[in-house]
Amino acid sequence: MTPTNAAAPPPPETAEQLAAFEARIAAGEYIEPKDWMPERYRKQLIRMMSQHAHSEIVGMLPEGNWITRAPSLRRKMTLIAKVQDEGGHGHYIYCATETLGVSRDQMVADLLSGKAKYSSIFNYPTLTWADIGVIGWFVDGAAIVNQTVLAKASYGPYARSMIRICKEENFHKRQGYEICAVLASGTEAQRAMVQDAVNRWWWPSLMMFGPGDASSPNSEELLRWKVKRFSNDELRQRFVNLTVPQAQAIDVALPDPELRYDAASGDWHFGQVDWNEFWQVVKGDGPCNRERLAARNKAHDEGAWVRAAAEAYAARRAGAAASAAA
Amino acid sequence: MADDASNGAPAGGQWPLWEVFTQEQTGQPHEHAGSVHAVDAEQALQNARDVFGRRGKVVSVWVVPTEQITASTPGDAGPFFDPGSDKAYRHPQFYKAPRGVRIY
Ligand SMILES: [Fe+2]
Ligand SMILES: [Fe+2]
Repeated sequence: MTPTNAAAPPPPETAEQLAAFEARIAAGEYIEPKDWMPERYRKQLIRMMSQHAHSEIVGMLPEGNWITRAPSLRRKMTLIAKVQDEGGHGHYIYCATETLGVSRDQMVADLLSGKAKYSSIFNYPTLTWADIGVIGWFVDGAAIVNQTVLAKASYGPYARSMIRICKEENFHKRQGYEICAVLASGTEAQRAMVQDAVNRWWWPSLMMFGPGDASSPNSEELLRWKVKRFSNDELRQRFVNLTVPQAQAIDVALPDPELRYDAASGDWHFGQVDWNEFWQVVKGDGPCNRERLAARNKAHDEGAWVRAAAEAYAARRAGAAASAAA
Repeated sequence: MADDASNGAPAGGQWPLWEVFTQEQTGQPHEHAGSVHAVDAEQALQNARDVFGRRGKVVSVWVVPTEQITASTPGDAGPFFDPGSDKAYRHPQFYKAPRGVRIY
């Protein structure tokens, strides 16, 4: 619980307030932290933004797993920089979420306790070096599709954090695609490695856009309030359309026998996503859910001395300054 | 990115919040980039560099304790800014000039 906000119950919302708010949204205005907003809008944003922030932080783990084993110094420098960026992304979004009145401590506690959700994609393991390439290509590629649209979200701080993030994601995607392209033009074993990684990551990447429109309980409201601008299915289609030619260009097959170009719509038709698998991973039974949470907790606990040292150092400096002044 | 200065210090041992302003080039203004938590000003500056200056696009950074910022409130925005919005004579378009004369 956040004592700051638990103090007073929010005043009742009037129809006039809601109408004025929705008129602002309809007029394309951005909502800023101190503006009036329906409690429901605030709650939905806190849920969505904190999950997004957690995803950036947990997303550091599967890739961090390969830093010590990157095949060259160039790849290693790149991977360190990328993982650090993801930490930065988490930071931008946590800050933006704090403007809604939830504390950082609370969000971190919810992540560590397992109460909070994050993107299911990060509950899959990174088995080979090719996975690092495919994550950059697919996972960051999907994130770009999502975040480019969220950069126009109606909540100002969220939109601004997305703009900052989008500027950094292109590097993430390109380095991943480069890894894949190099492997795909390499030896038989390298080609097999990248194809195997593509086979494992393709469907979970499509799941990143969330459940289909028919079974996405929050979508309608988020679209109406222009937090989202396109539905999950629309964005998923956009991602598929972008990715198919990229796969063809490096001669890698996407693992979907139903994949075919539909000239009438201009879309690549794709097969059914296995939503049972999706819900199973969301509910905590993915291949790495427990491992990720344990790793996050370990990192947090092992960082305790750094936080304590920073506080002690600041206190001592403040003390020295005070006695010098006396 | 706590644009809201009145959001206040969160509960329970959380380090204070600092607003970060970065300048991307000399000659440009410092712009609000976001915020960081830090124990003191020195650490705030280091955190700001790590979070907002990873790509060399920053030549100068300011950090300001969030609680030190006084901001206008949306509720008062109308009357507060009103005096500026009905003074068309402060804009050059208000004044007529003979056709074909280059004024600027
Ligand atoms: Fe990211
Ligand atoms: Fe990324």
